[in-house]
Amino acid sequence: MSELAVAAFAAEAGSHVPDTPRTSRFDAFLRRFDERAYRARLAGLGLRFVGRSDGGFPPLLRAIHDPPPGLFLRGPAAVELLSRAAVAIVGARACSPYGAEVARLLGRELAAAGLVVVSGLARGVDGAAHRGALDAGGSTVAVLGCGIDRDYPAAHAGLAREIGEHGLVVSEYAPGVEPAPWRFPARNRLIAGLARVTVVVEARERSGALITADLALEEGREVMACPGEITSALSAGTNALLRLGATPLARVEDVLEAFGLEPAVSAPPEIGTRARRVLERLADAPAGIDELARATGLSAAELAGALTELELAGLAAGSDGIYRARHPSLGR
Amino acid sequence: MLARALTHALVGLEPRRVEVEAHLQLGVPAFAIVGLADRACQEAKERVRSGIASSELDWPQRRITVNLAPAALRKEGSGFDLPIALAVLAASRQLPADALDRHASIGELALDGRIRPVGGVLAVAEGARAAGLARILCAAESTPEAALAGIDPVPVRHLAEVAAYLRGEREPPPYEPPPNGRPAREPPDLADVRGQERARRALELAAAGGHNLLLAGPPGTGKTMLARRLPGILPPLGEAEAIEVTRIHSVAGLLRPESPLVTEPPFRAPHHTASAPAVVGGGPGPRPGEASLAHHGVLLLDELAEFARPALEALRQPLEDGVISVARAGGQAQFPARFQLVGTMNLCPCGARGDPAAECSCSAQRLARFRDKLSRALLDRFDLVVAVPRPRARELAGAPGEPSAAVRPRVAAARARLRREPVRLTREADELLARAVERLPLSGRGRARVARVAQTAAALAGAERANAEHVAEALSYRAPSELVTR
Repeated sequence: MSELAVAAFAAEAGSHVPDTPRTSRFDAFLRRFDERAYRARLAGLGLRFVGRSDGGFPPLLRAIHDPPPGLFLRGPAAVELLSRAAVAIVGARACSPYGAEVARLLGRELAAAGLVVVSGLARGVDGAAHRGALDAGGSTVAVLGCGIDRDYPAAHAGLAREIGEHGLVVSEYAPGVEPAPWRFPARNRLIAGLARVTVVVEARERSGALITADLALEEGREVMACPGEITSALSAGTNALLRLGATPLARVEDVLEAFGLEPAVSAPPEIGTRARRVLERLADAPAGIDELARATGLSAAELAGALTELELAGLAAGSDGIYRARHPSLGR
Repeated sequence: MLARALTHALVGLEPRRVEVEAHLQLGVPAFAIVGLADRACQEAKERVRSGIASSELDWPQRRITVNLAPAALRKEGSGFDLPIALAVLAASRQLPADALDRHASIGELALDGRIRPVGGVLAVAEGARAAGLARILCAAESTPEAALAGIDPVPVRHLAEVAAYLRGEREPPPYEPPPNGRPAREPPDLADVRGQERARRALELAAAGGHNLLLAGPPGTGKTMLARRLPGILPPLGEAEAIEVTRIHSVAGLLRPESPLVTEPPFRAPHHTASAPAVVGGGPGPRPGEASLAHHGVLLLDELAEFARPALEALRQPLEDGVISVARAGGQAQFPARFQLVGTMNLCPCGARGDPAAECSCSAQRLARFRDKLSRALLDRFDLVVAVPRPRARELAGAPGEPSAAVRPRVAAARARLRREPVRLTREADELLARAVERLPLSGRGRARVARVAQTAAALAGAERANAEHVAEALSYRAPSELVTR
């Protein structure tokens, strides 16, 4: 009795089937299911399947209370990638520029430290985390909430391709399964299940990322949350997590320490005195040019130059007219 | 009995010589106009008949045929009224036959014989001068405009006056050029803008270097207010430029008789519902669009992302070449359109983005659609992209900003310096630019644009060469990555 048959049956029935169903419909399906032909078709699409009972199946994921019958894989990387120490980075799709930056920074730093970055390929925080891991040349895993052959959202097709080249795209759903709203919470249990630590970067009060965090807590995994402004709706979810006892994430090192890893040290880049003055002011809070002009006494032209210097050094970034200091290791 | 009057038809801005032939023959009294005359031109029949009768001249009871030659060229508008009337009068021996040889004429007839001004007199007068004619008969209101062409204008108010002049019975009053009045209204002053130091600086750079400028920010931050103050810090037009602009505005019928020569850079701000032909020009006999009316001036596209995509894409050709070619069945017309483009836009459809006090409610798809409106190619044409954040209440209560009159001399000096010789980049500036191209998402066109802005910054500072500081400033005006990358 094959786990692949269960997965294929779930796809045909359009339902969520974590265990072997005891129905006549499944029995009928099993009688006409040709596993060899199905695997050949998968191989033709450049896909693989690893069953729950197979040796390569990640033990952490097998340990959750409702593991999938198996995982479909896209990408050349070995299945063992899924068993390596992994961190999940999740958060709002409509995140702020700050959230996107934190996600990218975390993705980059944690991947550089040797962790596998797991996320859901969604817009916003998910995409930024994947992107960060790719920036660092690290490994990243995207868990889909639709059939393994689909790129959802379509805007991230390019990102999915890159992940497929350097990491793995995985899904419990067979090719041809359409994305549906209820599949995404189910997908989130895989994200939480694959990772030892789940980091929530930005989340509204009712956010899919909080589902992931809940699932991680249920499985006894560590959950970390980035503190945010108490006035921002985008921080309501993460701040609520902190109130409930999640570990505050104030530095990248906090995550590394949870894994018992040492952070890599890098020398700060050299910048001019004018730029330093601006950076000191930006370290307090993000600001627009006019505000900086008043605080530093520099002219609009001088400030523009200083900010470009900081941007080139990777020490500040501007978005929608507001500049903020950024972690130097984020790169451009 | 045949007589001939001369005038010019316009294809776009280009005058084409038209001979208005009138032929009288015996037969049932009738009046026909042939030679591809449009509707307004066909209606000349009624105006000419009444105008002649009202001038105590005789309407010939003959079979009258008027031919506008060359017959294959489309003739538009009411400016042919006067030459048609003169040709009919000459054909019926009410005017000396040779009187019309050295005169061009243009004007619309009122039913009482008065002569009304029409658009395009400058271009027609230029055609007449090029054709070697000595004088042009036109409405008194049009004479200052005709005089700009360097031809002797004969200001006439009434058809009877024209007839008397052509018979040699009286000379019309000699033409006296009117003092060129001040512009209709003073452009708004920069002193009204409080705070917004960065946007003011960008405006000054745009004025000095003729750069295209995009102001992006939440609603109510003064983007439009800033944009409308750009013309006020631009230097007046040069002589040749003024004639070019006047010619276009004359064809569009926008000239004001009290100051016929447009000496200030024009400012055009079409509404965002404008169609592509309205923006770049068009129509059966092509007419200049907003982009041409903004020639040597400023074209403001307020709420850039609300414009129809075809209208925006149509601007790419003039932004590149400074010329718009409109091809129509009636012929191809070239309109000059070397304007400075200023755009304003919100950062997202709901407008809350970039405003710390508001929460953006746009979905990712909606935001992507909004940004897709602005093609990369169009965005690439903006040398200066400035985010305009919401000013603090403190700033709004502060002292008025620097007035336009203080900025104008700096702009003029920088323009003169840039015209004199090219400002070169120092070696450090070149190196910084090369480093930036590596680190930032900057296209080849983007690099050239940054260099140009750096040169303008240097010229404004009175520096001989553009140094690294100028390049660093110029780099800060590049399009933000969230607008460029999708």
